[in-house]
Amino acid sequence: MSQSYNRGLIEDFGRWKEFSAGMWAWIFHKFTGWMLIGYLFTHIAVLSTAIGAAQGETVEVFAEDLPNVEGTGLTEVDIYTATLGGLEGLFIVRLLEVGLLAVAVFHILNGLRLLMVDLGIGLEAQDKSFYASLILTGIITVASVPTFMMGVGF
Amino acid sequence: MSTQQQEPETQEAPEDPEMKGAESPQQRRLKEKEQGLADEESVDESDLEGETVHIKVFRYDPEVEDKQEPRFDDFHVPFEKGMTVLDAVMYARDEYDSSLTFRHSCRQAVCGSDAFFVNGTQRLGCKTQISDLEQPVRIEPLPHQEVVKDLVVDMDHFYDQMHAVEPYFQQEDLPEGDLEEQRQSRENREKVKMSTRCIWCAACMSSCNIAAGDNEYLGPAAINKAYRFAMDEREDEEIKEHRLRILEQEHGVWRCQTQFSCTEVCPKDIPLTEHIQELKREAVKKNLKFW
Repeated sequence: MSQSYNRGLIEDFGRWKEFSAGMWAWIFHKFTGWMLIGYLFTHIAVLSTAIGAAQGETVEVFAEDLPNVEGTGLTEVDIYTATLGGLEGLFIVRLLEVGLLAVAVFHILNGLRLLMVDLGIGLEAQDKSFYASLILTGIITVASVPTFMMGVGF
Repeated sequence: MSTQQQEPETQEAPEDPEMKGAESPQQRRLKEKEQGLADEESVDESDLEGETVHIKVFRYDPEVEDKQEPRFDDFHVPFEKGMTVLDAVMYARDEYDSSLTFRHSCRQAVCGSDAFFVNGTQRLGCKTQISDLEQPVRIEPLPHQEVVKDLVVDMDHFYDQMHAVEPYFQQEDLPEGDLEEQRQSRENREKVKMSTRCIWCAACMSSCNIAAGDNEYLGPAAINKAYRFAMDEREDEEIKEHRLRILEQEHGVWRCQTQFSCTEVCPKDIPLTEHIQELKREAVKKNLKFW
């Protein structure tokens, strides 16, 4: 063969509109998996800033600023409470928590689906089980919004 | 459940239709067929009869200066009832541009030469009705394979992978006696039935996202081929183990990430993912030891 033309891989993502259920499930599973790993490290990093709480390290905060501190005015709280309170007071953090739940729930449900696929159960219904896990994720996420957003808009 | 043997297909036994005054299965089937034909006609006549079909065909030829840069050519092919994608490109070749190149042979989904990328899906040209497709019909060579010319792709790699799993029956001990046969049980035949239908069209391999990124991955077709022999009870246990040793390698069954792309595109409806998953379980079982 003298010459040939390599059409490359780009078309794979260019034709996302034509992806089937199984393909979307795979993409979402990878995506949520990486998100959860990212969350894990962020989680460790953020909480490590509050390690001093075990030694009784405290900071002075305005109680009004933090949703988890009672009272008024300048109060002395331990560093862990201050860190968490500072985070929970932010709207974006609450939003991200909802997102985290959605990601985790989808990853769990699709993981169960993949477990079934690995066991050879219901392979004909793999697309339906993907849609079911999507819908369930949606329902659980929406149901969680009031709980997560309490105090910041709800 | 794929671990269990498939239920043998039972034939519908007519239960004295005259006695009950009900129609026989054949009558029912004929009626359904007529109904189906009538439906099809109405669709065709209203939409396409007497019209032309707009097809866009991928063109590339390294030996012709104008075609060294890949492009799409438009053809307007007069529609005929029952026209397939293959019929359309053949018409275009015969009537408009004799340099249009593609592989085809039997035209009845047996030879597996005319797998194209039609409207974004790997399909067999001779098995795809043009009336089922949205127009313009975009016809491209199979993705993830080198294009040699127009719709012709280089199949060498695919064939290499197919041969890598030793796709032939291997049995040393033959039954004694000249006229003895190597019999296969009905149940076992049912089990491998679907896997024997592979026509080597490479549609699955082309649709597989993993095979696209990992050139060493055996690919769904080759694994299915291996399944056909690994599950055949007539072969000895050692040969099955030998087959599993090939499959359980890094680029064997474990590369499959169950996207079901291959199962979706297979023109012969082979449950490829199911077969791959079953071989994964076999590979685990072979290596699992409880001591």
